[in-house]
Amino acid sequence: MFKGFSLVAFLCAAILGIASGNAATISGAGATFPYPIYAKWADAYKVKTGVALNYQSIGSGGGIKQIEDKTVDFGASDMPLKPEDLDKAGLMQFPMVMGGVVPVVNIKGINAGDMKLTPQVLANIYLGKITKWNDAAITTLNPGLTLPDTAINVVHRSDGSGTTFIFTHYLSQVSADWKAQVGENTSVEWPAGVGGKGNEGVAAYTKQLDGSIGYVEYAYALQNKLANTLLQNSAGKFVSPTSESFQAAAANADWEHAPGLYLLLTNQPGDKSWPITGATFILMYKSQDKPDVAAEVLKFFNWCYLNGGDMAAQLDYVPMPKNVVELVRGLWTNEIKGSDGKPIFHATVADGGK
Amino acid sequence: MTALDTTNGTLSQGFRTQQIADRAFRGLTFLCAVIVLLTLGAILVALAWGSLPAFRAFHFDFFTRSVWNPVTVQFGAVAAIYGTLTTSAIAILIGVPVSFGIALFLSELAPLWLRRPIGTAIELLAAVPSIIYGMWGLFVFAPFFARHYQPWMSAHLGPIPVIGQLFQGPPLGIGIFTAGLILAIMIVPFISSVIRDVFQTVPAVMRESAYSIGCSTWEVVWNILLPYTRTSIIGAIMLGLGRALGETMAVTFVIGNAHKISASLFTPGATISSTIANEFTEAVGDVYYSSLIALGLTLFIVTMTVLTLAKLMLLRLELRLRG
Repeated sequence: MFKGFSLVAFLCAAILGIASGNAATISGAGATFPYPIYAKWADAYKVKTGVALNYQSIGSGGGIKQIEDKTVDFGASDMPLKPEDLDKAGLMQFPMVMGGVVPVVNIKGINAGDMKLTPQVLANIYLGKITKWNDAAITTLNPGLTLPDTAINVVHRSDGSGTTFIFTHYLSQVSADWKAQVGENTSVEWPAGVGGKGNEGVAAYTKQLDGSIGYVEYAYALQNKLANTLLQNSAGKFVSPTSESFQAAAANADWEHAPGLYLLLTNQPGDKSWPITGATFILMYKSQDKPDVAAEVLKFFNWCYLNGGDMAAQLDYVPMPKNVVELVRGLWTNEIKGSDGKPIFHATVADGGK
Repeated sequence: MTALDTTNGTLSQGFRTQQIADRAFRGLTFLCAVIVLLTLGAILVALAWGSLPAFRAFHFDFFTRSVWNPVTVQFGAVAAIYGTLTTSAIAILIGVPVSFGIALFLSELAPLWLRRPIGTAIELLAAVPSIIYGMWGLFVFAPFFARHYQPWMSAHLGPIPVIGQLFQGPPLGIGIFTAGLILAIMIVPFISSVIRDVFQTVPAVMRESAYSIGCSTWEVVWNILLPYTRTSIIGAIMLGLGRALGETMAVTFVIGNAHKISASLFTPGATISSTIANEFTEAVGDVYYSSLIALGLTLFIVTMTVLTLAKLMLLRLELRLRG
């Protein structure tokens, strides 16, 4: 009898405990690339304010689908929606963090930053037109390296991903053959190579197959100690993928004149710009049915913009530059409104009066 | 029963409650069986409904083309079907003889003290989650295979006139052959434990009479044990085949995910389940989404067909044995 009573008491306490732990929760879904930094920001934000973020990293396509079905408070996508699609759905988008897509190679004796590639050579390798490492096109760019007479093992993504979109968009910009034959999307029909699942899969295959080339997010190249290549940007300079070169690409970008903030950061002008940079976007409805929830979401992202830079740098992400942050905050005030037509985000209030 | 209909009211009362309880129990079990059938039917209907946009767009071409292009929105299932059938065929070709050998060893040849440890170890293989097999395959087996065995196989088996084409390919380590091998390892515990159990049901008197007239172990196995247990062994193989056809995560890691059909087994390919696992969460667009569901429907039909053919074959065997 005492056992039964203590069981009931325990259950009551557990239920009350769970119920009281439910302060506000905001939910989001989408891109896998920014998941580590979103999770880190959410942890820190919860400690500070008690508001929890529930983010499911199911991929950019999944994020777009879920926000269109209104099952989450915000969607996350590495591929921005075109202005017409945004208007049709009543959504607005803004960039949250940036990253670079980096070609990595696995050849004996080649270390990080040794090999130079031009956009056309990279496209031709992925088209299957250049099949050996000691092809004239590659050796003329790298006179100081001894390249073996082995086949190039091309590695790409097998799942649909924003990283692929950024990479194929860049290749479509720099190679007319690529644009005609393959095109750009989160998932394409690759002319050559093997597909790995996720950035992790591509990194794993690249590490294991001798003479392979793959493309991964900057963070994965660093953490897996893969040998990245230098790439020639639109200014003709060979640049190395670093935080600075990603920020250089973003700074030269003209966000103000991009309708719907649809801007892809590939092939941006500037001597120091890394050519395959991309931002990851957040999608929210312009007219909010639940203004309190929307206010919490915007407060969270505002906090991330103002306080999340160091955490992002620790995880090898690149925070948005200040001018873009101000632009986005203005858009929040002007575009995201409750059902009464009043803006939800108040800059001064959210800053805590700053 | 008239004896129970005595003046003692409680006895006939108890009998009536028993009747009701019996009927209720029969109804409940019937309901359970019907729920399973209904669920199967519901899955089929949901898959068919979901695939309609794809079939409307491609008609029957969906089953004859191997293109898989999300950019131009053109999809064909041939490469995925080919990959599924090939990897399962390799799994069966390698796994069945090995399972048979294991079952034979454990039931006939092994000393008694060795039987339980080895039997348990084989059964533990079945308990390993399939994603662990995938990771092991990718990180441990594939490089090992690429470095030590593939070059040897390409060099020695490649030049053979007709089947040589199967083994000519770059030593990537991953590909259809590796996926088939890993599937073989996964289905061995299932098939071998069923065969072993079935060997043990053969009456001792049949075995002993054969040995007593001087048959060798091999003759006993081939002429006594196998014919007796033929139908169950085929059932076990079908069980393994069903698992191999549907296996997802282990295959996704090691198959290389390229939507192409090529003559060599060493090249990357794609199976139906690996395609769905890779692309479902990010599929944007009705036709793309529906093509993946259509692939699922195809796998459903392929599995049902294989199992039905197996049942028919078993039926014919049984008729032949009896008549």
